[in-house]
Amino acid sequence: MAGKTLFDKIWEKHVVNIVEGGPSVLYIDRHLIHEVTSPQAFAGLKERGIKVGRPEKTVATPDHNIPTMEQHLPIHDELSRYQVNKLKENCEANGVQMYGLTHPYNGIVHVIGPELGLTRPGMTIVCGDSHTSTHGAFGSIAFGIGTSEVEMVLATQCLMQSRPKTMRINVDGELHKGVTSKDIILYIIAQISTGGATGYFVEFAGSAIRSLSMEARMTICNMSIEMGARGGMIAPDEITFEYVKDREFAPKGQDWEKAVAEWRQLPSDADAVFDKELHFKAEDIEPMITYGTNPGMGIGISANIPKVEDIDKSSQNSFKKSLQYMGYNQDEPMIGKKVDYVFVGSCTNGRIEDLRSFAAFVKGKKKADNITAWIVPGSKQVEKQAIEEGLRDILEEAGFFLRQPGCSACLAMNDDKIPEGQYAVSTSNRNFEGRQGPGARTLLASPLTAAATALSGVITDPRTML
Amino acid sequence: MPIDKFITLESPCVPLPIENVDTDQIIPARFLKATTRDGFGDNLFCDWRYDKNGDPKADFVLNDPTYSGQILVAGKNFGSGSSREHAAWAIGGYGFKAVVSSFFADIFKNNALNNGILPVQISDAFLEQIFEAVEADPKTIIKIDLENQTISLPAKNISESFDINPYKKKCMINGYDDIDYLFSIKNEIEAWEAKNSN
Repeated sequence: MAGKTLFDKIWEKHVVNIVEGGPSVLYIDRHLIHEVTSPQAFAGLKERGIKVGRPEKTVATPDHNIPTMEQHLPIHDELSRYQVNKLKENCEANGVQMYGLTHPYNGIVHVIGPELGLTRPGMTIVCGDSHTSTHGAFGSIAFGIGTSEVEMVLATQCLMQSRPKTMRINVDGELHKGVTSKDIILYIIAQISTGGATGYFVEFAGSAIRSLSMEARMTICNMSIEMGARGGMIAPDEITFEYVKDREFAPKGQDWEKAVAEWRQLPSDADAVFDKELHFKAEDIEPMITYGTNPGMGIGISANIPKVEDIDKSSQNSFKKSLQYMGYNQDEPMIGKKVDYVFVGSCTNGRIEDLRSFAAFVKGKKKADNITAWIVPGSKQVEKQAIEEGLRDILEEAGFFLRQPGCSACLAMNDDKIPEGQYAVSTSNRNFEGRQGPGARTLLASPLTAAATALSGVITDPRTML
Repeated sequence: MPIDKFITLESPCVPLPIENVDTDQIIPARFLKATTRDGFGDNLFCDWRYDKNGDPKADFVLNDPTYSGQILVAGKNFGSGSSREHAAWAIGGYGFKAVVSSFFADIFKNNALNNGILPVQISDAFLEQIFEAVEADPKTIIKIDLENQTISLPAKNISESFDINPYKKKCMINGYDDIDYLFSIKNEIEAWEAKNSN
């Protein structure tokens, strides 16, 4: 019998029951909620006359709707304020812990889970947000769910899920200088398309992945949804244990030793078989940038936009529509194109390492005058650390400003919106039409490419400034 | 939420031959501030459907009186992106009971099923045949038979079968939702917890 994958081991342990010919009932260890996708779920519970079944397994944080300036003031947008207050009201009525706007643990849901030690290897973790895949970087099964499913988990701590197929994506070799984990994931998505992993749970493996820090691994797993994957995961190792150790909610003392011993059993067995396996070479990857309106429309920054004739015939109309929206032509170079905004932040690249690498790049230099830059920490803890490490001072000297934490310009739900027709180099995860504001044009890239672009005022290959 | 029963559906369709229609197009994030499930249909495909003054764009299919019906037929990889169930609420709220495409994103598919909207996944070739038939005659009727898992164009005498998880099929036909089932196995869930709590 073939060995088991990391995914198999965690999944099988959490199956409560299998419906004949149907889905599995999966037990959920950790449920994270935010203000946008939970109110209808709480309302559903109320209609059924029930309360949250296991309140200690759910943690809440408002992040999507909130302003990233003057957070001590009431939220001025009425609907946002109502939704954030509703979260508080629902959590209080059900005994769920919430880290509100001014709480030192507040932040983007996928940033605070790991930094508080709520995210741990071997767990099942869900949240009404597709970027829940982030938590898979710890060797957990983590995936986004809809609001009806949020209601199921609140009510019963279980979900009904069909078992996905498994895929392993191996990235071996050494990354070139100036190439980051964001570039790895944008490269993979560009190779396999936005639907390339639909139906699969993906394990990322190989020497290039193993050498990454936890934060860099989170960036990769975060965007696994952008290739359609149900989730992404990376086997836990010493780097993982080192990150989790001593975090607020991590096991301590003997419990810690016991937990680590269990986590060491999780990696896929040597003879485990995946439904699909792909291989990429780290040396083939250069800094990536997207030119179109889905995350699969990415190219190496030195390349030209593809020609229409090189696109599948059935996809040519969608390709042309996309270029029209972006105001681009086929076969044009990306380097040197005009940019108006630079956004550094989000659950993809809003962690301390991202701010460190951006700050190190811009240190002693000056922001270009034509660029409006929004530098947004992923959480209160990231913000605090950035200030303590002197990153804020470096940013301010270079003409940047550190905002307060939140989802910010990633999704145009709060005040931070890119105006119509303007171009934003963004470290976030989606470049869909209107994603950053009606008519906004998004170019996804790494914090280094964002830094190089912010300094020069046009799309710039960070390798030319290292 | 209890869902509407779905057994068979015969209707003309609204064709949307665009690939990779993501949930930000179906319902932009700025409309996700509501705390109920109602009213999202008015903003379905908002930025394709209305100009910035809120006037309907004549070239978008939902504004074209030639096309109507309870079935949305869309290009491959429909519903990618965000997990927002608001996308399913917007589609349902507008009046669609089924979405037909040659490929669906996973989370959207689950969200649709949990709201009594049937995602019907067909081959690229059959999808192309539907688009062609509807272009020739916008009133072309599509028949979806969930019991027999078939989708057909009676006027063209063509049909194809589609897959659906047997459990989900039962839920759709009977109007059950997953919470009903999960409550029925409360004892098993508690037994699992007792075994795994340490």
